Amino acid sequence: MSKNATEAIKEKSMVIQKDMLANLFHELSKTKETGKKVVYTFVPGNLTELILSFDMLPVYPEINALQSGMRKKSGAYIRDAEKLGFSEDVCTYVKCDIGMMLNGNIGPTGEKLPAPDLLLLSYTGCFTFMKWFENLERLYPGVPVAMLHTPYQEDGNITPEQVEYMVKQLKEEVIPKMEKVSGKKFDMERLSKMMTNSAKAEDLLVKILETAKNKPSPIDAYFAGVYYIGPIFTAFRGTDEAVEYYKELYAEVTERLRLGLGPVTPEGELKEEKFRLVVEYPPNWTNFREFWKIFYDAGAVIVASSYTKVGGVYDLGFRHNPDEPLESLSKYCMGCYTNMNLPQRVNLLADYVKEYKADGFLINSIKSCNSFSAGQLMIMREIEQRMEVPVGFIESDLVDPRYFSYANIKNRLESYFQMLEQRKIIMAQDAEKV
Amino acid sequence: MNKYYLGVDLGSTTSKAVIINEQDEIIGRGITNTRANYSVAADIARDEAIYNARFSVLKKKLEAEIKANPAYNKYINDLESVFQYEQFKIRLDKLGEELLKTCHTFFKDEEVQEKMIQHLRNIRKSFKPVIKHDYLYNNLGAKNQFFRDIVSEKYNEEVAKLDMTLFEPLMTVWDKSISPAENQLITFDFKELVDKAMEELREKYKNLPDEVMDQTSINFDAELNLLKGNFEKVSDSLRVHIDEIAGLEFNITNMTGTGYGRALLPFPQECIRSEILCHAFGAHAVFPDTRTVLDIGGQDTKAIQVDRYGLVTSFQMNDRCAAGCGRYLGYIADEMSISLNELGPMAMKAEKEVNICSTCPVFAGAELRELTNLGEKREDILGGLHKAIIMRAMSLLARSGGVFNEFTFTGGVARNPAVIKYLSELVRENYGDKIKINIHTDSIFMGALGGAMFARRNMNLSLPTNKVETAEINK
Repeated sequence: MSKNATEAIKEKSMVIQKDMLANLFHELSKTKETGKKVVYTFVPGNLTELILSFDMLPVYPEINALQSGMRKKSGAYIRDAEKLGFSEDVCTYVKCDIGMMLNGNIGPTGEKLPAPDLLLLSYTGCFTFMKWFENLERLYPGVPVAMLHTPYQEDGNITPEQVEYMVKQLKEEVIPKMEKVSGKKFDMERLSKMMTNSAKAEDLLVKILETAKNKPSPIDAYFAGVYYIGPIFTAFRGTDEAVEYYKELYAEVTERLRLGLGPVTPEGELKEEKFRLVVEYPPNWTNFREFWKIFYDAGAVIVASSYTKVGGVYDLGFRHNPDEPLESLSKYCMGCYTNMNLPQRVNLLADYVKEYKADGFLINSIKSCNSFSAGQLMIMREIEQRMEVPVGFIESDLVDPRYFSYANIKNRLESYFQMLEQRKIIMAQDAEKV
Repeated sequence: MNKYYLGVDLGSTTSKAVIINEQDEIIGRGITNTRANYSVAADIARDEAIYNARFSVLKKKLEAEIKANPAYNKYINDLESVFQYEQFKIRLDKLGEELLKTCHTFFKDEEVQEKMIQHLRNIRKSFKPVIKHDYLYNNLGAKNQFFRDIVSEKYNEEVAKLDMTLFEPLMTVWDKSISPAENQLITFDFKELVDKAMEELREKYKNLPDEVMDQTSINFDAELNLLKGNFEKVSDSLRVHIDEIAGLEFNITNMTGTGYGRALLPFPQECIRSEILCHAFGAHAVFPDTRTVLDIGGQDTKAIQVDRYGLVTSFQMNDRCAAGCGRYLGYIADEMSISLNELGPMAMKAEKEVNICSTCPVFAGAELRELTNLGEKREDILGGLHKAIIMRAMSLLARSGGVFNEFTFTGGVARNPAVIKYLSELVRENYGDKIKINIHTDSIFMGALGGAMFARRNMNLSLPTNKVETAEINK
């Protein structure tokens, strides 16, 4: 593993994805000329196929924020939002997005992002999302807002009444507004066709993520996983491109698996898998590579994570269904990870620990995120007691660089890895005695 | 040959070293203040532990004789104390050289230079005998016994007696000289220093009054009476044993470095281990039924859960803010112009606990002044402050899963009686009367002990990166 690699080593699929994103942002910068309409929306419970079926283009503010974080721009954006009066405690995705807007709305590729023609709030499970869009509404006066109220899975399941309630909203609130903004009639057939593609990509994604059940895992389901979910969670679900991307990625991953290779890190292939972890919460974006490096330097591989399920917990079986497009969009919105109740989340994470043969469970507590933070200690205790694996806890933030303390995080992670290592030694000694 | 194992815990405030034998028994302890030069701090702590180990080997050898003759014990303790004074003297000479050097470069005017040097000579003359007396008669007791603290206190006292105009130049000279003096690694000749110490003791006992003046200190007098008449005999009969331990070679078979500054220790990578694991392992070794460990150190508080092997199952640490740690207490002590060691006893006198809203040390300073202004008693404010620290620790404990039986408290702050008082109260209040709370006299050394124990078990980690091929650990 080369120590001084400055240029990250990328898989072919990553290059494809980069091109897809570049094209999207380029297309977004040209909407004035092309006349395409733009919808601002969020990743959890996104209605991408519906948006695309109207030939509109989606913009995801939280993706822009994380991209700004990775490009070291978020610090200045957050400061600008705070100057405007946003408190230090407000979600940093929001402040980063507002700051970006104040600075000319230049997207991650350096091209200007267009103003929205429609603000589509498709997931209300995060209270901050509502406040975020209220702010956007003020920043873009006169832009129509469509709100889809997503019922929380309080009882741990999605009822027919809830689906009916959601479909009604789609029909009466969302679709009419989209028709008005785009000037096009809703085309159920087109939507249904896209869903065939969605399901194909979803199948492939599940297969890819599940390769991490192998020892050694050919992928890192968190640090690389965030790239893998990119197309399906954002603007490309339902497209041919997305299916092609996942085919390529799946071929790559199965080839790695066949050769018995470990995950690809920015410094090359991980030679020795020492620890297998399940991680809860998003990663830190401002110091993403530094953060990742602490893991791969120690031979720690993330075999499963909840973050890669925020835009759909496909491994639980959900697929977009061409036979019932609106119903499946509704179920999709209600099924996203943060909309699951706490016992469901604990069960899911416990299953991950078991099925992915994890040595430990780690929480990266995010200062910004209420949706994730609720119940974090309970989740940790439950997993510790139920699965009898060592649990770890670190703290950082999404895109506020002031909250990434490298020394503290490294210290805690080192301790955690040593904890796991020692447990292995002692358990092995104990097994020998028996 | 006996095998020994070394653990070095490089904390943010103090650096500790522990040497254990093959039975996991502590035979040497060394502690010094952590300074900018970590490597020196670690070396000093290690050397101190080796000197201390010589004395404890001596005591172990003479176990039977010591039981029969308590005067031996008294003599050996005195000898170790004076031995420390001999080390102190050498470092003081180094400081003298540094002060002179600074004077020569700092004061360009020869007349001023000469004047300052004369002042420094006078200062040294007046405090040297006081310090000697403190060492000889064990008067350093509750105070910090680090070189820097001892000389700073005396120096400040002497400077305060002089004309105000001298304050600034003398303090500047001091500031520029103390660190270089402190950061010199001096190799002491154990044999030579112990001989000198025995000479000093000969003088001490020879000059003891024939009659005991103070009738209240009966125990001390009894020992003193034992020695008064026969110190020559005691010293002669110990001579041969002392010579033997002076020549003893301490073969450190393996070692582990831990603590906040562990990455900077000049140890091979595989000999470096997290302080969380070391504290837990040390605490568990001393109290094998330990399930929860609380460690309050200089800059962090750790709540650690361990299993029956002493292995950590989970831990929580303070993040982003170090309020409630040792440094916080240091800051409060400075605000109140008292020594760190006086804080706890003063807080023990509290009749009530004043509510302290903020546990941020900087704000607490302001709060403290405001509360004093409002007429609150210092003792009661300190009571409130100590309680506030424990409240923070309790929340961390809760986050780590709670307190399970048995509960062991470690770290430098475990010496503070008020901390212990409030901790015991709150643990019982929150987790019931059945929780057994363990606090060991060596609590500050638990991290170093755990490190040494890992070294003995040779449980080195082999993380895939930064591996150093050869480990030069025999010193």
